[in-house]
Amino acid sequence: MELFLAALGVLLAAALATAILAIIAAIRPPGASASAWANRLGPSGAAVACLLGLAAVLQGPWDAILAISLPWGLPIGTCTLGLDPLSRLFLLPVFGLGMTCAFSGGLSLRHSLPQEHNLAAHWFFYLLLLLGMALVMSARDTVLFILAWEVMSLAPFFLIDFNDGDSKVRDASWVYLIAAHLGAVALIAFFALFWQVTGTTGLEALQSGEGLRHADPLLRSSLFVLALLGFGAKAGLAPLHVWLPEAHPAAPSHVSALLSGAMINAGLYGMLRSLSLLCAPGDLSAAPEWWGWSLLLLGLATGLMGILKAMAQDNLKRMLAYSSVENMGLMFMGVGVGLVGLSVYNHDMVLLGFVGALIHMLNHAGFKGLLFLCAGEVLHATGTVRMGHLGGLQRSMPLVAWAFALGAASIACLPPLSGFAGEFVLAVSMLQAPALPGLERQIPLFLTLGGLALISGLAAALYAKAYGITFLGQPRSAFSANVHAPKPVTLWPLALPALTCVLGGFCAPWTFSLASWTAAQATPLPQEFLPQRLEVWSRIYESLSMIALWGGILLGVSLILLLLRAALLRGRAVRREPTWGCGFQAGTARIQYTDGAFSEPLARVFAPLMGLRRQSSPISGLFANSACLYLAAPDRLRSGLFTPLFELVLRVCDACKIIQHGKIHLYILYILVTLIALLVWGLGA
Amino acid sequence: MNTLLFLVLQLALALVLAPLLPGIINRVKAIVAGRRGKPLLQTYYDLARLLGKGEVISTTTSWVFCTGPVIALATVICALPLLPLAGQPSPCAFDGDFLLAAYLLGLGRFAIILAALDTGSSFEGMGASREATFSALAEPVLFLALLVLVALSLEPPQALQATKPPELSFSALLGGHAALAWQDGRAELLLIPAIFFVLLLVENCRMPVDDPTTHLELTMIHEVMVLDHSGPTLACIVYGAALKLWFFVALITALVLPPMPFWQHLGASLVLMFGLAVGVGVVESVMARLRLPVIPRLLAGALTLAALSLILTLVR
Repeated sequence: MELFLAALGVLLAAALATAILAIIAAIRPPGASASAWANRLGPSGAAVACLLGLAAVLQGPWDAILAISLPWGLPIGTCTLGLDPLSRLFLLPVFGLGMTCAFSGGLSLRHSLPQEHNLAAHWFFYLLLLLGMALVMSARDTVLFILAWEVMSLAPFFLIDFNDGDSKVRDASWVYLIAAHLGAVALIAFFALFWQVTGTTGLEALQSGEGLRHADPLLRSSLFVLALLGFGAKAGLAPLHVWLPEAHPAAPSHVSALLSGAMINAGLYGMLRSLSLLCAPGDLSAAPEWWGWSLLLLGLATGLMGILKAMAQDNLKRMLAYSSVENMGLMFMGVGVGLVGLSVYNHDMVLLGFVGALIHMLNHAGFKGLLFLCAGEVLHATGTVRMGHLGGLQRSMPLVAWAFALGAASIACLPPLSGFAGEFVLAVSMLQAPALPGLERQIPLFLTLGGLALISGLAAALYAKAYGITFLGQPRSAFSANVHAPKPVTLWPLALPALTCVLGGFCAPWTFSLASWTAAQATPLPQEFLPQRLEVWSRIYESLSMIALWGGILLGVSLILLLLRAALLRGRAVRREPTWGCGFQAGTARIQYTDGAFSEPLARVFAPLMGLRRQSSPISGLFANSACLYLAAPDRLRSGLFTPLFELVLRVCDACKIIQHGKIHLYILYILVTLIALLVWGLGA
Repeated sequence: MNTLLFLVLQLALALVLAPLLPGIINRVKAIVAGRRGKPLLQTYYDLARLLGKGEVISTTTSWVFCTGPVIALATVICALPLLPLAGQPSPCAFDGDFLLAAYLLGLGRFAIILAALDTGSSFEGMGASREATFSALAEPVLFLALLVLVALSLEPPQALQATKPPELSFSALLGGHAALAWQDGRAELLLIPAIFFVLLLVENCRMPVDDPTTHLELTMIHEVMVLDHSGPTLACIVYGAALKLWFFVALITALVLPPMPFWQHLGASLVLMFGLAVGVGVVESVMARLRLPVIPRLLAGALTLAALSLILTLVR
């Protein structure tokens, strides 16, 4: 615990130091050396704090529950911090990715002009975001939790707004801010209601569930809905995902990586934490069955929508943002399966559902961080992330391309890499369906597994496209033809997430054990299930070990075959010729398949869901003139649901303006009328 | 059965006999069309010839181009030992091994798609796009069809309780439940081999989905993806495709055959496998390739059938 406090202290100190530097930079004419100092101080402070934090998380037994109370000047709540398995598991990506992104950000920002960007301010908010996330995951008091949540939600606004000269970036950061605040409203209502019912703000006191054991079912369900709204908005659950595809492309890549890999996990963390508040241990009837099913369905819908919208994007970072939405959907599917299991007394489903979500969360932080950082390197080297302009980067920047290929294969859930482990556990959790009572439960769960299969099939197609179009083939435009390839030395921060992609696959049994201890501690299951828990744990542990073994065998066989091929080709003629054009001689790089062409067959099948908008003036006449085709995939939920909603709010507010006209005597009349009305009401009561 | 013996027999049979399957298909097609056709062993000759050649590699390509086909071959080889052999459960069976097999084949496809995109040819991009689309759509069909078997294998008949492979493994799912259940009159299970047969045609790029023999690259899927490959790398692709066909044929065979003594089962399996190859040849001869926009409908039909038989199985 001391190490953890030290990490928080370092974060706070570094944040203060960068704040002072930011103020100096704002007052005095900007200087290159001050900017360079800020760019050294910020990342190194973050790195030290993250190393301390990682040490604090991994130190001591995983099951230990620690807590510490600090002095607190507010009349309500306490400043209680704690570490338990759930906090530890969610702190791993926060600190791991926090460190990686800090290094990567420091390297990518080192050439930015002090006249354009106040780097000290950027690093101040970065450190604040890390601090906020660490506090959210460790807060043991609702008031502290909400405060930390606000810090965590506000800091990204300034981080996303880094390139504030661009109106699109400003727009994106506003969308983010509004989404974050609407989510926070639901959370404040959630915790206020909680406080009112239980009379305490401590989270661990609540965790026993005593206060809610006899609560009204309606009250508990409304608490569940509030939590779903608040935490779902952070996690990007449809239809509250609209901020992700705006914010992630606008932010600098190291920020997108941190937001996508670590911050949106806070939504999942909050959901799990509030579930353990809402369901008392040993009281399995606490979770009404519709909670689980609604989470499962929402997860499935989010996953399908996310992957299809991702398929329609031509902006690499926007595609990655939608893919984060999809992965969050998968995690919520796992939580849904776990909850359904909880309400029907199926222990295997409880354990495997929650564990699947947790493993996928850990792995997702690794590969999504890696992919966003690679996208950042592509942006740096070429000046664009539009796939239609890229191509051929495998040969001009091979290290980045290898890293992206690794991340793409992981996120497409291909064995032996990390993504497969989480998907496997999720699928096995759904395979428990025949044990459910009643057909009306078995059939939907089986069909959900079919949905999961569709999502993973589409993910493989999506990432084959993302890697193939961006990095393979020939450069499609001047952007990718004139590449300023990054020096290999500056790419070392990619090594850590790349390593997690590989280790997450081969050490999957270990991750599984970690996640299942965590889930066993975090789910309110009675003790008599312990033997079953061990039984299912050992079965899946064995399967994951076999999968890791099979991965090793696959690598071995591939290696042998490659060597065999090299041996066969030794001494024979291996010629390099241009790609065969099928008889067409005058091909250029621009006739290559593009991202839009690649996903066209799928766009046809899923047209209503994908929402592609196409404008074209086709070729006509014998001597064809110019023709054009324009494809876009705007978010229909944004344009069809939120825009009209906010316009409605605006209209109502406009209508209310009548009473606000600036005439003071009338305002005094309002006060008088209100007073008299209250008096009459008071007399009547 | 001895683990080592099983693995050797399983792999040896597949590795040696798999190239015979395309030969049988081609011979059947030739006979139906009134031609003499290529020799049955043509694929072996092709492989030998390709392995003896040098290569021509496109200047556009990178390491992906040569590594992709090799990985694709390795994935099929790794997926094969997970299948039961002649009614005997695989010694490698574990809970959820069919998920691993499905995703291993997915990895192979991923590798081939990337190898095709690496050439920068628009034709190969076209093939890659179609392959990605149809395999993504085939995934839920495969899963639902396997789920029917999962639902079925919950109450194993008396005859099968002696051998106990892990509950959720290929060996348990394909252990002959389906065949025994038919004998009890569960007709809805007849849909399952039909669905797997459609999957076989889709996954192996056979006729109603893909036409490997046209003169026009524009209309092909698998063949157009490998236009630029040559020599040993092309041999990897051809051999990998044959092994994948063997995998699916063996899967259907294990599904439909009831429990029998080992050698009898082995013989019956081989006969049935080659029979299935004849069936593929007949289908290829009597059908034209479907238009590309129609193929998703075929898959949607298979998906509906799979869901239907799942529901019927659960209702029983």
